[in-house]
Amino acid sequence: MAVLISKEKCKGCSLCVKACPFAAIDMVEKKAVINDKCTMCGTCVEACKFGAIIKEEETKEKDLSSYKDVWVFAEQRAGVITPVVFELLGKGRDLAAGIGGVSLCAILLGENLEDMTRQLFEAGADIVYTAESSLLANYTSDGYTKVISEAINEFKPEIVLYGATHIGRDLAPRIAARVNTGLTADCTKLEIDPETKGILQTRPAFGGNLMATIKCPDHRPQMSTVRPGVMDKAPVEAGRTGKVVPVTLNLQESDIRTKVLEIVKTAKDMVSLTDAEIIVSGGAGLGDASGFDLIRRFADKVGGVVGASRAAVDSGWIDHSHQVGQTGTTVKPKIYIACGISGAIQHLAGMQTSDVIIAVNKNPLAPIFDVADYGIVGDLYKVIPELMEAWK
Amino acid sequence: MKILVCVKQVPNTNEVKINPKTGTLIRDGVESILNPDDDNALEAALQIKDANEGTTVTVISMGPPQAAEALRECLAKGADDAVLLSSRAFGGADTWATSNTIAGAIKKIADYDLIFAGRQAIDGDTAQVGPQIAERLGIPQVTYVEEILKCEGGRLTVKRQLEDGYEIIEIPTPCLLTAVKELNTPRYMSVKGIYEACGKEITVWNEHDIVVKPDEIGINASPTKVFRSFTPEPKGKGMLIQGTPREAAAKVIEELEKKHIL
Amino acid sequence: MFELKHEMLRKLAREFAERELEPIAADAEKNGGYPKELQKKAAECGFGGITIPKEYGGAGGDYKSLAIVVEEFCKKDAAASSMLMSNSLSGAPYLYYGTEEQKQKYLKPMVLGETIGAFALTEPGAGSDSAATQTTCLWDEEQGCYILNGRKCFITMGPVCDYAVVFAKSDLQAKGTRGISAFIVEAGWEGFSRGKAEEKMGMHASVTSDLIFNNVKVPKENLLGEEGQGFKIAMGILDAGRVTVAAQGLGIAAGCLDLAVRYSKERVQFGRPICKLQDVAFKLADMATEVQAARLLVYDVADKLDKHEKVTMQAAMAKYKAGETCNTVAYKALQIHGGYGYMQDYAIERMTRAARLVSIYEGTSEIQKLVISGNLLK
Repeated sequence: MAVLISKEKCKGCSLCVKACPFAAIDMVEKKAVINDKCTMCGTCVEACKFGAIIKEEETKEKDLSSYKDVWVFAEQRAGVITPVVFELLGKGRDLAAGIGGVSLCAILLGENLEDMTRQLFEAGADIVYTAESSLLANYTSDGYTKVISEAINEFKPEIVLYGATHIGRDLAPRIAARVNTGLTADCTKLEIDPETKGILQTRPAFGGNLMATIKCPDHRPQMSTVRPGVMDKAPVEAGRTGKVVPVTLNLQESDIRTKVLEIVKTAKDMVSLTDAEIIVSGGAGLGDASGFDLIRRFADKVGGVVGASRAAVDSGWIDHSHQVGQTGTTVKPKIYIACGISGAIQHLAGMQTSDVIIAVNKNPLAPIFDVADYGIVGDLYKVIPELMEAWK
Repeated sequence: MKILVCVKQVPNTNEVKINPKTGTLIRDGVESILNPDDDNALEAALQIKDANEGTTVTVISMGPPQAAEALRECLAKGADDAVLLSSRAFGGADTWATSNTIAGAIKKIADYDLIFAGRQAIDGDTAQVGPQIAERLGIPQVTYVEEILKCEGGRLTVKRQLEDGYEIIEIPTPCLLTAVKELNTPRYMSVKGIYEACGKEITVWNEHDIVVKPDEIGINASPTKVFRSFTPEPKGKGMLIQGTPREAAAKVIEELEKKHIL
Repeated sequence: MFELKHEMLRKLAREFAERELEPIAADAEKNGGYPKELQKKAAECGFGGITIPKEYGGAGGDYKSLAIVVEEFCKKDAAASSMLMSNSLSGAPYLYYGTEEQKQKYLKPMVLGETIGAFALTEPGAGSDSAATQTTCLWDEEQGCYILNGRKCFITMGPVCDYAVVFAKSDLQAKGTRGISAFIVEAGWEGFSRGKAEEKMGMHASVTSDLIFNNVKVPKENLLGEEGQGFKIAMGILDAGRVTVAAQGLGIAAGCLDLAVRYSKERVQFGRPICKLQDVAFKLADMATEVQAARLLVYDVADKLDKHEKVTMQAAMAKYKAGETCNTVAYKALQIHGGYGYMQDYAIERMTRAARLVSIYEGTSEIQKLVISGNLLK
C-alpha cells in the first residue's frame, strides 16, 4: 500500500502540504513529494483538487473464512461486570446483524460466573465462553492474555471487542501481538463495510483533531478497544438465555508472573463521569480553585457530578480524575454544563456528543458556543446562581 | 541495573487547531515535543538511576531522523545513551509493526533489567506499543504505573492506576512498565546536561541492525490500515441567549422544560 | 552563530519561563519577590552559573548561552532574570579577580543557588561618575584589617544578599578612580546594615536597597584583586554585564511583541480582530523589526565576547539599542492593548514599567553614547 503523487497531474499548488497532518509532503521543484513521515492516512488524497494523489491498495486474497462470530470481552471486577461490556454487546449486536448469520458471544473469565453469565445473556449474548478458575478471579495481564489468546485460536472469532478501560487497554494489545492481528484503540464508531463485511473502526487521532477510519483487511480476528460511554447499551431481556461453552483451560499458577497484592477502591469523590447524567464542568474562567466551590454547589443542586477542563486541572485547581476531554474522560451525559470553559479542541473532543450542552462564558467568541445548544454570554459568578435559582 | 526507556517524538497536539473555513489542520508552528507520558517514564528511570549507583539508562525511539531531537533532550536530562531506529522501511507502521521494530532493537541490546514506556503517545493515543513490546520480548508488564513502591532484588512493587482506585502489583525483572502522568514530575534538562548531550553520539540503527524479519516491519507488515481520515464536523449552531443573567437563566430552563429534558 | 546546544538551551529556558515564571510573575511583582525555592530550582537547571566554570558549580558555557536564557526569561518577567542570573554581575568579579579560596567560598554557593550575592558600586553621589566614590575602606595597621565606612545605593538584591562586592577608596591620596579597591563584604559582619527596600517604579520582584557600612572590619583576605584595581574590575565586568542587560532589554521587547501579537488577534473591535487594522499591523511590523535589530546586536556582541574580542563599544551599542527598543516596543504594545493595557491584570503593564529601567541602569543610554562616541573619536 502506498500514497502516490502523479508528477503530470501535480500543479504544485501545495494544498496537500497544508492538509497533511504529519508534515509528510515536501515541495521539490514545484512538485509535491511524499517523505518518510507518511502514515498513509489519505488526507492529501481528498485535499488534492487535481486528482493527482491516489492511494494504492494492495489486493491480497487470504482465506479468512474460517473466522466467524462477534466476541465481546466481558470484563469483570470483583464479580461485577464493567458497564462498558453492555455497551459492547449493544454494538456487537449491530455488527453481527451487519455481517449476517453469525452469533454474538461474550468471553467471561473469573470465578462464580453463573450470575454474570445470566446477565450477559439478558444483555444480548447468544453464546458465553467461560473460563472459571481461582487464578482468573482478579485480572492479570499474563493469565488473561493466555486464556483469551488460546480461546481465540480455538474458536476463531471474526471480531473481538474490548472496553477501552485500564484493563482492556492492558490486555488487548498483548493479545493482538500474541495472535498476530491488528488492534484499533479507543474506537468511537464501529460499522460493517457492506461490501467486504469487514469492520470499519473510526477513532479520534491527533488529539481529536482528526478522525481516522481503520480497516484490518488481512488479519483475523479484527479487534478494537471501544471507548466507554460512546455506544448504546442493548435493552435487557429478562429471562433470555443462550449457550454456555467452557473454553479449554490450560493455565498454571507459574504462567502468571505478576502478583496482585491488593486492590483498593479510592475514596476520592469518585463520580464516574462516564455514568453521570448531568455534568457541571468548570474551566479557566473560574479564575482560581475556589471557583469549584460554586461548581460543586451547582452540581449538587442539579444532581450532577463535577467535571473540569484541562486548563483547570493543569492549574492544580482540581484532581485529574475530573478532567473531561481528549486526555481525560470522554463523556456523553444528558446535560453538560460548561462554565468558564472556552472550548479548546481537546475539551470539545471529550464532550461534544453530549445530548444537550449549556455553556456560560464571558467571551461571546469562545469556541464552546459553537457546540453549545444553549449559550449564555456573561459572568459565570452572576449567571450560575440564577440558574441554580431557576432550576427545579 | 540496566534500564531502557522507549520514547516518541510527537507533534504538540494541544497547539493544533482546525481552520474553521477550510476544515483542515493548521500545523504551522506546531512544535515537536517529547511525548509527555514518555517524559514520566524517563523520569522514573532517572530516579532509579539517581538512587542506585551503577545504573544506566538507555533511551530508544523509532522515527524519522529529526526524532533524534527528542532523544537528545533525554540525554540532556540524564540518560546515558540513545538509540534511534530510523529507516524508510519502518515507515507507516501501525502499533503491531512498531512494537516488532522496537522489540527487535531491544533483542539486539539483549542485556536489560527494566523497560519503561509512556502509557500512550498524544498523537495516536493507542497505549498499545508498550504491552506489545513486552509480549514480543516475552516479559511481564504493568501498565498505568502511578507509583513505584519498591525496586530491589530483582522484583518491583508498583501501584497500578485503575479508574476507581489502584492495584498493588509485584513483578519480577526483566519487565516492562508504562508510566502515567501521576507517577512523577519530570525534571527539566540542565544547562550542563545540554552541553554534554550535544557532545554525545546517537546510535542510529536500520532494519539490518536489529533482530527482526523484513516482513514484520513497516506499512506492509501492519495489520491495520487507515481507510480514510477526516476532520470531525462541529455540531450545528445552538441558541445564544441574550438578556440579564436572571432572564437568560430563566430562558434556558424554559427551553429545557419545553423539550422535556428536565 | 547558534549551535544545537543553543537551540536546546533556548527550549529549556522557554519551558522554565513558561511553567515557573509566567504563572507567578504577577504575584511576585505584588509580593516584592519570588519564592526562595525558585532560586534553588533555577540553580538545579544550571541557570545560576552558565558562564561560570564547572569547578565552581557552573556549566562552563558561553555568553551566547547566557544571553539566550536572559532573553527567554525576560520575555515572561525581567525581574526574575535579575534574581536568578546572579552570575553575570555579582559572580563575575570573583571569577576574574578572586583567589581560589574566594571562588570556593563565595562564588560556588551563589552558583548553586545557596546564597545571594550583590554588586555594590553606585553611591548617592557617585552614579555614572565612579571617581566621586565616597565610601572608604582603609587599612588599619593596629587592628590588622580594613575598616569600611560609607553607603551604597540602588543595590539589586540589597535587602536579601548574603554578601556583596563593595567598591571603596582604599587610598585617599590617589587621584580619580585610581584609589578604588574591591572588597568582599559579608552581610553578617558587625557594622553592615541595609536601607529599607526601595519602592521602585517596576521590577518589584527584584528587590533593591541601600547597603550601609559603619566601621565594618574587612579582613585582608577579602580584598578582591589588588589594591587600586577596583575601577578596572568594575569597568571590565561592566562590558559583560552590559551584554546581560542588553539581553534583558531584548527579552522584554520580544515579550511585549508577543503580548501585542496575541492580544491584537484576540481583541475584536468593529467586527474583526484589531490586528486586521493596518495601523495595528504596521505597528507590529515596526516592533518586530526593532526587536530583530536589537537581537542581532546582542548576539553579535555575545559572540565577540565568546571569541575574547574587545567589545566595549559593541556592548555599549547593544545595551543602548536594546534599552531604547524595549521602551518603544513596550509603548506600542501597551497602546495596542488600549485601556486593558493600563490595567495591572495584563502583563504588558508590568513589562512596560520594567522596560523603563533598562535604559537607565548599568549605564544610562547617555553613558552608552558617551562610550560609543568616545571610541569613535579616539
